[in-house]
Order: sequence, then C-alpha cells, then structure tokens
Amino acid sequence: MIPLIDVKGITKIYNGGEIATKALSDVSFEIEKGEFVAIVGPSGSGKSTLMHILGCLDIPTSGTYIINGRNVENMNDDELANIRNKEIGFVFQAYNLLSRTTSIKNVCLPMIYAGIPKTERYERAKKLLISVGLGNKLFNSPNQLSGGEKQRVAIARSMATEPSIILADEPTGNLASKQSMEIMDIFDELNIKGNTIILITHEENIAKRAKRIISIMDGKIVNDTGRLN
Amino acid sequence: MKLLEILEESILVLKTNRMRTVLSVLGIIIGIGSVISLITLGEASQQSVKERIQSLGSNLITISPGGTQSGFLRGGPDDAKTLKYNDALEIEKSDRLTTVDKVAASYSSRAQISFQENNMNTNVIGITENYFSLRNIEIEYGVGITQKDIGTSSKVVVIGNGVIEELFTGKVNPIGQGIRIDGNSFKIIGITKSKGSEMVSSDNSVFIPLTTAQKVLYGIDHVTSILVSAKNEELIDPAMNQLGYLLLELHGIKNPEDADFSITSQEDLLETVSEITGTFTTLLTGIAAISLVVGGIGIMNIMLVTVTERTREIGIRKALGAKRKTITKQFLVESIVLTLTGGVLGLLLGIGVSLIITKTMGLPSVISITSISLAVGVSCLIGIIFGWYPAHRASKLQPIEALRYE
Ligand SMILES: Nc1ncnc2c1ncn2[C@@H]1O[C@H](COP(=O)(O)OP(=O)(O)OP(=O)(O)O)[C@@H](O)[C@H]1O
Ligand SMILES: [Mg+2]
Repeated sequence: MIPLIDVKGITKIYNGGEIATKALSDVSFEIEKGEFVAIVGPSGSGKSTLMHILGCLDIPTSGTYIINGRNVENMNDDELANIRNKEIGFVFQAYNLLSRTTSIKNVCLPMIYAGIPKTERYERAKKLLISVGLGNKLFNSPNQLSGGEKQRVAIARSMATEPSIILADEPTGNLASKQSMEIMDIFDELNIKGNTIILITHEENIAKRAKRIISIMDGKIVNDTGRLN
Repeated sequence: MKLLEILEESILVLKTNRMRTVLSVLGIIIGIGSVISLITLGEASQQSVKERIQSLGSNLITISPGGTQSGFLRGGPDDAKTLKYNDALEIEKSDRLTTVDKVAASYSSRAQISFQENNMNTNVIGITENYFSLRNIEIEYGVGITQKDIGTSSKVVVIGNGVIEELFTGKVNPIGQGIRIDGNSFKIIGITKSKGSEMVSSDNSVFIPLTTAQKVLYGIDHVTSILVSAKNEELIDPAMNQLGYLLLELHGIKNPEDADFSITSQEDLLETVSEITGTFTTLLTGIAAISLVVGGIGIMNIMLVTVTERTREIGIRKALGAKRKTITKQFLVESIVLTLTGGVLGLLLGIGVSLIITKTMGLPSVISITSISLAVGVSCLIGIIFGWYPAHRASKLQPIEALRYE
C-alpha cells in the first residue's frame, strides 16, 4: 500500500536577506492513512516549515513530497488549491482568521471554495463552532475573541470541508489544559473515524495522546517512535 | 464561488470603506458626469436648432440669385440681380410644377424708419401675399399684405412686434398710424406675432408690398429671394429639380452649371447646422473622455493599494483553497462595482447638470437611453481594464508568502 504522505530527502533553505537559513535538512518519513502523529521539537527547529510543506502551502528547496501517490512538484496551482481545500484541514500557529469577519463566516470560507451551498454551509459551520465550545460566539469577529477562542475557530474551520488530513500547528498552544483535552478529544474522534491527524506540540501530555511522535531538532529528525499501539 | 456571492462580498467591502470608495471613484464620477452632460447638451442644442429652423416654415425651398459657386466674376449672391418678380409669377402660373404648393417673392434691404421723433434702422422687406404663411409668420393685430396691395403698390406696412417697442413705447395704438420709411409715409395695417428668440427673427422687420419696395422706394425690378413650399416633405427634392429646370428655361440657360440662381431647402440648412453642432459635441465629449482615462488610473491605483493591504487576506483565502481564477474574479468584481458606483453617481451628476443648464438656457432637455447605457457600459469597461492588472497581481501571490506579509 502506498503511504498517504511520503517525504523523501526534503531540504528547505530560506534566503531571507543576507543570511540563508537551513530550516530543514534531508528530512524523510512516511505517514500511513489513519495515523495520529505528533511532531515535537524546540522553537526554531523547523516544525512549522515542515508543516507548511506538508500542507502544500510551500515548496521544498529540494527533495520530493508525494501526497496520496501524487508528486506535488507536478501539480499546477489549481490542483494544489483543490488539495488544500478538500484533502487538508490546516490549523495555523497564528490562526490566520479573516479579521472583520464573524467566526461563522470564517468557518464558512473553505466551504465557499468547495462549492457547498449557502444554507448547508451555515448549518455545518454552526455545528462545528458548537462542537469546539463557541456556540455563543458565532457572530463575533476575531478581534472580539481571546487567543484560545481564535484557536478554536481555526480548528473548526480546518474541519469544515471534512478533509481526510488535519494538519495542526500548536492547536492547543493557547488553551487551558481542560480545553486542550477537549480539543484532543475532537482529534481523537476524527482519528477513530479514519482521519489522519498530524499536530505540532511542545506539550508532553498532548504529544502522549498521539500514536506516533516525530522529534525534530535543527531541521533534522532525531527520533521517530514509529507507529505505537 | 458563485458570482453573486462575490458581488455581495465586494459590495460589503466597499461599504465598509465608504469614504475611500467615493473618493477613489471621484474621477469616474466627474468623467462620466461631464460626458453625459455634454452629450445631453449637444442633443438638446441640436434639437433646438432643428425646431427653430423648422419654425421658419416647413417644406420650404429658397431660391436665391447668383450661382452656387459665387466666383469673382459672377458676383456674390448679395448683389446678383438675376431673380425677378416675374420668375415667381411664372412659377406660380406654370402647370408643370405639380409638386409646388405656394410661392412668394421678397426684396429685403435695410432702411431708416421713423414715427414722430423716434427712429430706427431695420429690415424692410417687400413681400408678396404668401410670404407670411410660407415663413410661418402670424398676424396678431390688423391684417397682412394682400394681392390688392401688391397690385396697387400701396404704401401700407405690417410691422414686427419688436419695432413697436422701439417706436411707439406702448403709448399709442400703432394700427392706423403713419410711419416714414426712407422719407415715404406708410400706413400701419398690421402687427406680426412675436416669434420669440428664434434664429431668424421677424420681430424687428417691417413688411411692405413687394411692388411698393421695387417701384416706390428703390426703383429696381429684381428680388432677393423667392420662397416656394413643396406639397409635402417627400416632394422637396423633386420640387427643387422642377424649379431648377423651369428657371433655367426661363433664363435661357442650357447648362445647369451656369445657373444664375441657387436653390436650397430647409433640409440642407438643417443638415449643415446639425453637422456643425455634432462635430462640436463630439470634440467636447472627446475631451471629457480623457478625464475618464485619468479616473481609470485612479481606480487602478486604489485597487493596487487594496491588493497590497489585503495580501494576508489573499494568503488566507488561497491557503483555504481559493483558485487563482477565484481571486482574480473577486478583485475584478470589486473594481467593476467600484467604477459602476462611480458611473451611476456620474450619471446622476450629469443629468442634474444638464437639467440645470438646459433649463436656464431654455433648451429642450432630452435624457437619452444612449447616454445611460453609455455611462453604465463605459464605467464597467474602465473597471475591467484598470482592475485587471491589480486582480492579476493578487491572484499570482504565493499562499505562504502572502501569509507572512505583515
Ligand atoms: N520566512 C522565513 N525566512 C527566513 N527564515 C525563516 C522563515 N521562516 C522560518 N525561518 C527560520 O527557519 C527556522 C525554522 O522555523 P520554523 O518556523 O519552522 O520553526 P518552528 O519549529 O515552527 O518554531 P516554533 O516552535 O517557535 O514555532 C527558524 O530558524 C526560523 O528563523
Ligand atoms: Mg512554528
């Protein structure tokens, strides 16, 4: 069986300004469909960089990334947009919500691009926001929400088009431990349903709830537990 | 993403930046506004000129002395003496002229006229009976010049409305009074109705029998014009032809190119004037159109600013699956909504301005469908042309780079 995610020798070099930063160097791993993976590592180790590449938001400087048997390198803009829209739900470390737009509309956004009709969109967005405990903040815009609330809107949004892969960059970073556990319950549930979950975290008790932990340091994989049972 | 949804969203965005929206479309507002008012004014003045010319008499054909090419040797039409009263009589008598309705001859000159101590210099026109009806001049008081007056060369005069104001100052009833024209005493028998501000006004003229002007005042036998009316509009051209051949024959001229008279219709005059006003309007509208280009550049500028400002938003949209086409559409629609707003406001401004101007100038105001569709069409087009580049730029942004933008 071909792996869902197949990363081979990925290197990412940022050429920002005068100094070039090697954020990832020769990273390789495979993730099967239905896995629940936590990526851990110190700040600046390249976790977000890796996540952006996995999310088809950025391209590696070298190496290949094959998602679902298709090489990302050979896909055009529209195909990539389609993958981002339908296959992957992304939770950004910086939330990336549309400011001046209500929570419910933010959650609706990916569904607009997926061509889901308006009434269904609102119905689903409402359900998702209720499931992350924001039933009373449907019509607040991000600047009226706390960091944790914004994070939960971002999580709700990532699930909007029912993607098979959820990529979450520090999804519990701003949450109290009780809320964190609730979010992890949601991810667990999705994983049981067959979704693939990849999340970045620096909290040990969050990482423990995953079934595989990949540790990164200085852009290199230093440890991979493999699939735990 | 459906177009309607994009439209909704664009309107929302523009509404939240209301002040900026209005300011950025100011160029379009002014551009469309001036184009619309100029077109409306052009159409109004053309219409008014047409009405004035038609008020001179409908289906009217004018025969003037002198050839069409008023060369050096031939002499200008002013001093050509080739048309006689007899020509008019022949036209009237001829049973070959099936297309002709009425005929009149006139001799016009300027002369000093006086009543008691008041005097003025004005047009004195010797006319035949049909002159008034051909020129659409009505008699308000008294009577007109009759065939009998012409037959007897009587010294009677019909005066224009404007002359009364100058000579009589409203104190006495002019009818029956005597006035002097170049020293000869004439009895006033009628007053014409005012024709207002029309182009060739008869208000300041006085009318006497043609024969009186020829024999008593000036001792000449030619006329300065013969007026003929065609039986109806379609017969104007045939009538001009028939008149031409008859006069050539009467004057013993073989080659039409040697004609010692010229025939013009009201239609010819109308065409010439329309052409002139048309050219003028086109020119002015062209100048106004330049301001539309300037307005369009303003739109491009504001759209580029918008794209830069909303780089992060574009990044988010692309990260969530927006295709390039969708982003292009979004910004293009926004730009079109922007210019269309300007177009509609400009249209209102243009209509307002042209209503005010036509009112004060006493012109008929015509707001045409053409100008409305022009405003809408042109402003959409400007939106597309000047919005395309910023929209294209937005669509080309890479999602992760756009997301990093602060
Ligand atoms: N756009 C960029 N231009 C230049 N260098 C960058 C850029 N983005 C990240 N880097 C560098 O790449 C390295 C990896 O960054 P990355 O954001 O992947 O770290 P991280 O593991 O997500 O850290 P954190 O836990 O703090 O989020 C860092 O040294 C960072 O400075
Ligand atoms: Mg990070």
